Parts: sequence; structure tokens; C-alpha cells
Amino acid sequence: MDRVIPNAPPGGLNRTMVHHIRPQRGWARLDLGELWAYRELLGFLIWRDVKVRYKQTVLGASWAILQPLFTMLVFTLFFGRLAGIPSDGVPYALFAFAALVPWTFFANALLLGSTSIVENANLIKKVYFPRLIVPIATVLSGTVDFILAFIVLLGLMLGYGVFPTENVIYVPLFFALALVTSLGVGLWLAAMNVQFRDVRYAIPFLTQLWMFSTPVVYPSSLIADPFWRAIYGLNPMVGVVEGFRWSLLGTDTAPGAAIALSAVGAVVIAVSGLFYFRRLEKTFVDVV
Amino acid sequence: MNDVVMRASGLSKEYRIGKVIGTRSIRESVMNSVSAPWRKLSGLVRGQSAAAAGLDESLWALEDISFEIRRGEVVGLIGRNGAGKSTLLKVLSKLTPPTRGEAEIVGRMGSLLEVGTGFHSELTGRENIFLAGSILGMRRDEIRHRFDEIVSFAEVEKFIDTPAKHYSSGMYMRLAFAVAAHLDTEILLVDEVLAVGDTSFQKRCLNKMEEAGRDGRTVIFVSHSMPTITRLCSRAIMLDGGRVQVDGPSAEVVGQYLRSGHGTTAHRTWDGETRRPGNDVVRLCGVRVHDGQLATSEALDIRRPIGIEIDYEVLTPGTALQPGIHVHNDRGDHLFCAGDTTHEARQVPKDPGRYQSIAWIPGNLLSEGVHIVSAAVSTTDPLQVHLFERDAVAFQVIDTMDGDSARGDYGGWISGAVRPLLEWSTARQPVAAG
Repeated sequence: MDRVIPNAPPGGLNRTMVHHIRPQRGWARLDLGELWAYRELLGFLIWRDVKVRYKQTVLGASWAILQPLFTMLVFTLFFGRLAGIPSDGVPYALFAFAALVPWTFFANALLLGSTSIVENANLIKKVYFPRLIVPIATVLSGTVDFILAFIVLLGLMLGYGVFPTENVIYVPLFFALALVTSLGVGLWLAAMNVQFRDVRYAIPFLTQLWMFSTPVVYPSSLIADPFWRAIYGLNPMVGVVEGFRWSLLGTDTAPGAAIALSAVGAVVIAVSGLFYFRRLEKTFVDVV
Repeated sequence: MNDVVMRASGLSKEYRIGKVIGTRSIRESVMNSVSAPWRKLSGLVRGQSAAAAGLDESLWALEDISFEIRRGEVVGLIGRNGAGKSTLLKVLSKLTPPTRGEAEIVGRMGSLLEVGTGFHSELTGRENIFLAGSILGMRRDEIRHRFDEIVSFAEVEKFIDTPAKHYSSGMYMRLAFAVAAHLDTEILLVDEVLAVGDTSFQKRCLNKMEEAGRDGRTVIFVSHSMPTITRLCSRAIMLDGGRVQVDGPSAEVVGQYLRSGHGTTAHRTWDGETRRPGNDVVRLCGVRVHDGQLATSEALDIRRPIGIEIDYEVLTPGTALQPGIHVHNDRGDHLFCAGDTTHEARQVPKDPGRYQSIAWIPGNLLSEGVHIVSAAVSTTDPLQVHLFERDAVAFQVIDTMDGDSARGDYGGWISGAVRPLLEWSTARQPVAAG
């Protein structure tokens, strides 16, 4: 009967697994070891989400490109041409698209992440696995869309004759920042949405508000006052968007103190999201 | 080596029912948290106890459940609806934490609370096997290793690369069960998932579960079907009102369950048009077991005929109706099924009205022990089952050892699903000259 125990915590392989079932009150441990033990399931859920997402749509995966592309066109027309919003010396279309690629990833993570637990209620109610896997898989599955849109961004830059600076090597870092932020917000909203279905209705509003608090359609140089700059920088997506523009388009938005602030903001959101989610997850089965 | 793989001590689970469990809006929540302290306070002022002043009423779905299960035991969990079986399974599979008490489970554990968990209709059969397998707790290489076995068990070879949404419901169920059946954990928690598919598939599922038991795996199995419980499980735990009522050998516990009136009894009636099993042609009003003197009886002499009386109401004229019964023993063996084969039952349409059919099971046929009867009313040509009430009534056959039954004067255990009193003749053969 001495079988290899899969899903066992690292270092615990071949040792018998013991499940302790006891009342849970208050804050729970994060238990990231268990999460790691379930990484294969995480992979499968990401794969499922990617595979299924566009199955019933006519345009399929091209939505991943069309969504930011059309938004960019609209922004370029209204904000760039008609309103004449400055764009840090690069063509407005590029200026907007470089921001929309990470922003679309974030907005989708917000939307899909927040409903992830409710959408997967049938799984949650019937099988045990670390519940954190569900929103994490949902958010990570957006990476595929991000990569597709990023390739289009590179093509667009080529079209405009703008070549990435050597700082392009920092792009993964800025994406990581976006990812951590998305995860954090996704976790908060996913857990909240189980208790309060109001969340679903608040999401479009929240997304819009957040977008205007992020330099997507305008350059952050518009905010001059150092005090408000600092407050503004607490929004991690500010660091992400500025970072993308700086490393790809060579705008003068090199990450300084602001990026540290953004990183702190992201980590605070993510860690608090993890704990909040873990605190609420024991009620999911009875409530969802 | 300690052989106890599951130990529960004092497991209790409370559900609040006063408070709305489920979807709340923030407004309600805010309003409640604002007004609750005031209401509690005013309750206290009026002399209510703190608990009574609380807004929530609570329901204990489980109360002080304790048991130990050893490696390789197959344990049936029985009890009527609301007894706490499913809640216990949920707590043991870590889906919801207990309110009090604790349990320790040693070994890799899997739970099958539903057939088709993790299936996605947009994915192909192949993709679903991997997805559902992974969700149930199988490793990727384990699934790959057993893939062909799963496919052939489900008999979906030809459609393995077709999206599951194009499957018939039977195929879907078969594939879903096949994945679940190959979950190879040391401890398995199973909830009624066998109640799917056609009869032949159900039988294969049962065999698969039996195999699991023989392989030395530990299984906890919830079912409403007493024959299945006695066939699969060596031990049964009967729950009632969230507490353990009886815990012991399954045949005994099932017998007690049936006798306690919680499950099936020798006499069942259904009141009210809509609650009666059946359709718009015919509805079942009652089923009764009686001895030769027409008195309802739960304990019957092995030597005497047993009458199974089916009471039904015909609502629509023009259909020939054939009553029938299925009899299982307490080990879950299907002993026989028999219908009224007279010309009247098979060919002559019945007028609306109340009918009573009695089937006589001859004496000296059944074996000792609990027997479970399912009742049916159908039309044979074309075949249509109007009603089928599984495990409608039960009775116990008793061999009194008076010497004139098939037992004779032998006092020990006699095996066999039936115990007919046969006619014997013995003649001495002349030895051939040689």
C-alpha cells in the first residue's frame, strides 16, 4: 500500500498524507505549499480557460487583439485628435496602445477573476482543492491574450518606425507588476462576489474609474503637484503603464520612486487579497 | 502499524437558518450589522437570554459524530433524507469545515460526490478525461497511463475527439463515471453516483466499486439503495437527525433501518394525487406485504406463501396495465422480477378506478433474511413503465427450524439466495455384474 502520494507537499513525497479536519475560525494560514502541490491542476484549469474562452464566439481568439485595437482607435480619434491630449512625443495611437495592452489584461482579470468562484461553483461544491487555484488560474489564463496583443503592439511600433529601447528587457518586470496587481484585485473581488452579488454590478464602474486613475488616455506628466503624484503613484497600474511606455517607446517616464511605490501598492493588494480570500473561502461551499 | 485510516471525534456542523445563507447584498449586510446590536440589546432589556436575543436560528446538521474506520473497510452511510449523510461526506472531503470536533484521515483521499464534476461540454472526450481526472486528484501521468482503460470502460472510443456537447446523455454519464471509477486513491468517499446510466452500465459500476473494496481501499459510500449497501459494504453507519444511530455489520444495520420505519416497511401508502408515484395513466397508492391470512406482516414464515399487494389508481382509460415486482435480498442480489402475465393484465385496457393486485410468492422459495420489494406498473406492448417504486417495502423471512423447511434439522448457516424445498428421490442402483 506504499504508493507514491501525488499532491503531497514538497519534501513530503512518499510519506503518508494526513488530512486534519477541524473547525476553522478567523484568519487562515496561506498554505502556499499546498498550492504548489496542486500546480498540475492549476495548469489544467488555465488550459481549460484558454481553450474554452473563445469557443462559442465567431471571431474566436482574435478578440484578444480586437478589444484593445478598437479601443485604441476610439481613443486616438477622440482623445488624440479631437481633444488634442498630449502623448509624450510619440504618436498617440502608439501611446494609447502601449498602455491598453497591459490595461486590457488587467481589466479582463478584474472582470473574469471576480466571477471565477461563482462561475466554478459546481467544482467548488463537489471537490476539494485549494480554492485559490480558481481565481489564480483565471487571471493567469489572460496571459495568452496579453501575448497576442503584445505581438500586435510590436507590429504597430514597426509600422510607425518606433523601435524598442534597450530597456525592453524590463517589460517582463512591468508585466509581473500588472500580474500581481490583477491577482490581488481578482482575489478580493472573487471572494467578495460570493457574499455580495453587488460586486458584479460594480465592476464596470470600478474598471472605468480605475482606468481614469491610470495614465491610459493621458500622460501622467499632466499631474505636476508632487503630493498628488505620490498618491497617484500608489495605483500600481500607473507604474505598469509608465513602465511599458518607457521601455518600449522610450518616453521620458523612467520608473523612479514612483515604481517602488507602485510595487508596494501591488504587494499590499495581493497579500491582503490572499488573506481575505483565505478567510472567506471556508464559507464558499455553503454560500455560493 | 496503526490500521485506523479515519478517525472522527465529535464532529458537529451547525448551519444558521435564521440568517439568509446565500446571496446577500451589501445593503442588507450593512443594515443588519447596524440594527443587530440594537435588536439584541432590546431583547436583553426585555429579559431574553443572549442566545434567544440572537437573530439566528441554528440547525445542527451533524451532532457529535464519532467513529473509526480501518484500512480496507467499505462502509455504507445510510439514513433518510436530511439525516446528515451528505453533510458528513462534505465535511470529510474537506469541502466545509466542521463547527466542532475533528477528524483525521491518513492517506490519499478522493471524493466522488457527483458524476461529471469538472466536465466541460465544449471540450472533447479526451480533453475532459484529463481535466476531470486532474480535478478529482489524479496526476497527469496517472491519467495517461489509464487513459485507454477509461475510454474502453466508457465505450466511447469512436467519439473520443468529439466535443462532449455532442454526446448523448448516456455517453456523457458513462465517460464521466469511467473517469471517476479510475480514481485510484487509498480512501474514497462516494455519494450515490451509481444511480446513473442504464442497468447494464450500473452493474458494471457496482462491480467496479466492489473491486475497489477488494483492492484493500477504504470506501465510504452513501446510498439510498439498501440492496447496494448490503452488497458493497461490510459495515454500515446509520445516521438520524445528524447523529450516529447504529454502527455495525451492514446486513444488521440495514435490517434495523428497514424495521425502524425510517426506510422501507412492510406497508407503505402514498397520499395525495401528486405525491403518488406514477404518471397520468396510473398512480401508486400503496404496497403491502402480508401473510396468507392477509394481515400485514414484516416477519414471515419461510414455509408459507407471501403476498405482495399493490394498490393503484387508473386515471386514464384505454391502457392495459401489468403490475410487477422486483425482489432483492439484503446482500443486494436481484432475486427475480415477475409481472402479471395473464391475458387481462397484458391485453385488456383497464377502466379508471382503484385496483388491487396481489402477487403470491410461494412458500419454501426465499431464503432467510431481509427482502426488499420494488413495485412497478407497466404496459408490455409497446413497453412503457408507468411507475417504478424502488425499495417500496421490505420484509424478513424467518426459518423457524421446526424441521419441515428446507433447513431440516440443521441449525447452522445456510448460504444461497433462495432456499427451495426440493423433492428428492433416491434409489439404490444395482451393481452391474462384472
